[in-house]
Amino acid sequence: MAMSTPGSVRVAFWHATAFRRFWVSNILASFVQPLLYLLGLGVAVGALVDRTPTSDAVLGGVSYVAYIAPGLMVTTAMAVASAESLWPIMNNFVWSKGYLGVAATPLGAADIVGGHALWMTARSAVTSASVATVLALFPAARSWGLIPAIGAAAMTGLAFAMPLMAFATTRKIDNGFAAMQRFVIVPLFLFGGAFYPITQLPGWTQAIIKLLPLWHGIELARGFTLGGSDVSTSLQHVAVISVWIIGGTILSYHYVRRRLYV
Amino acid sequence: MTQALVSARGLAKNYGDFVAVDSIDFDVEQGEAFGFLGPNGAGKSTTMRMIGCVSPMSSGTLEIFGLNAATAGREIRGRLGVVPQLDTLDKELTVMENLVLYGRYFDIPRAECRRRAVELLEFVQLAERADSIVDQLSGGMMRRLSITRSLINRPDLLLLDEPTTGLDPQARHVVWDRLYRLKNDGVTLIITTHYMDEAEQLCDRLVVMDGGRIAATGSPRSLIEQHSTREVLELRFAAHDDGTSKHDVSGLGERVEVLPDRTLVYADDGEAALADVHSRGLQPLSSLVRRSSLEDVFLHLTGRTLVD
Repeated sequence: MAMSTPGSVRVAFWHATAFRRFWVSNILASFVQPLLYLLGLGVAVGALVDRTPTSDAVLGGVSYVAYIAPGLMVTTAMAVASAESLWPIMNNFVWSKGYLGVAATPLGAADIVGGHALWMTARSAVTSASVATVLALFPAARSWGLIPAIGAAAMTGLAFAMPLMAFATTRKIDNGFAAMQRFVIVPLFLFGGAFYPITQLPGWTQAIIKLLPLWHGIELARGFTLGGSDVSTSLQHVAVISVWIIGGTILSYHYVRRRLYV
Repeated sequence: MTQALVSARGLAKNYGDFVAVDSIDFDVEQGEAFGFLGPNGAGKSTTMRMIGCVSPMSSGTLEIFGLNAATAGREIRGRLGVVPQLDTLDKELTVMENLVLYGRYFDIPRAECRRRAVELLEFVQLAERADSIVDQLSGGMMRRLSITRSLINRPDLLLLDEPTTGLDPQARHVVWDRLYRLKNDGVTLIITTHYMDEAEQLCDRLVVMDGGRIAATGSPRSLIEQHSTREVLELRFAAHDDGTSKHDVSGLGERVEVLPDRTLVYADDGEAALADVHSRGLQPLSSLVRRSSLEDVFLHLTGRTLVD
């Protein structure tokens, strides 16, 4: 008998098949949206920023486009992974009941959680790779560091996907999801270090941002694209992101099991 | 003595203080169609979920294929086919994609899933819809697809939770016909239903559940013989102005049930009971003598009509 495919891979394949019809429109969106941000913020606001005498001191001597490039990659991965770990989870428990179908087979909670993790890694990686492709069109943002930055973005996506999967699994209805996006994801997008160094913010805000995975993902990616980041700092970023991934995965497993097998 | 395919002893399920299933015993033999009949909330679906190894029992023992349901859930689930009460199909995918993806959960190779799917779709008369998006199918077709999907792993035991609820009469008959064929092919079926006609059509043996307990067990025929009279006289009276019927029907037949819409007189000779009614000077709007059915058994055992 041939070695069997791990259950989580089979579940991830189900997600990929269900998503098949949306791939093209989705990848197009991940090209267009960062392009708009790059033109609107990177080029237009960047023209102002780069003219400011203190900009070199604040941004470390790089152009504004180069500064925000890794931020765009990582925040896009965060946005995709978050949205995909709220309503789709509810859908699989309540509306289309896909997880209940899986639970009736030899597969179980570990395969469902593992399948979501694999799928979110793939989605985050593909999305941030699309953003990287757009960035490569801008000479100021072009860098070989964009390639490892895809890894940083994918990890960050997962660091949001897994805790949010756990959160979504505990909810009976989806009324907390919009608030989660409005009051957590969007503020992080604005204040999480994508568009300016967080040293511009009050100390307590910085403390909160350093607890969450986004800033660590952006700084890790920035280290790759701009260089000049030492290994131990990078490893610290990886460590914080990993804690969110592992913690979220353990919690997801616990809550998925509790919700399926009652 | 053959070993039962499913064997439950003192099987119970509590949700906090609420007792959903209250220490029930039953055996399902190889090759039979076994039914759980009861109103909503009787504990049928909970029992079904325990047999499906997706709901841990609170106490008692449950053996399926001779395996302990509490510890061998994964192995047991691999040999079960489950048709849930509410479809869990991927509505945005095609019929074929649904079948292949589901077959993969049982680790059946993709090509083999495809081969089985073609064969099964033929069986449920959905062959020409293999490439249709599920969302475009009718309710009856979706239910047939759910049944098809549950057969992809060639299960030793098929669990059907209210298989025809919500279907129109024609669609129900198609489903019944396919289930009947499966039974003839030797597949063991466990069915929950709140439809009497479904239980009579499909089940060799059934239990009537009420309030988490088993009220009676037997074949449809033996249940009728044990718990009802041979015939039933159904009477309809004109409603009085205050909306109630006031007719002295006490003492007619063996017993009388006064329902909101009609009065049932249980008697071995329905015509004789009707003659009694007329001799009392009562003038029903309509009268009908019929044979006892499972519904009468249910009414007798649970003291109420089967309503949703």
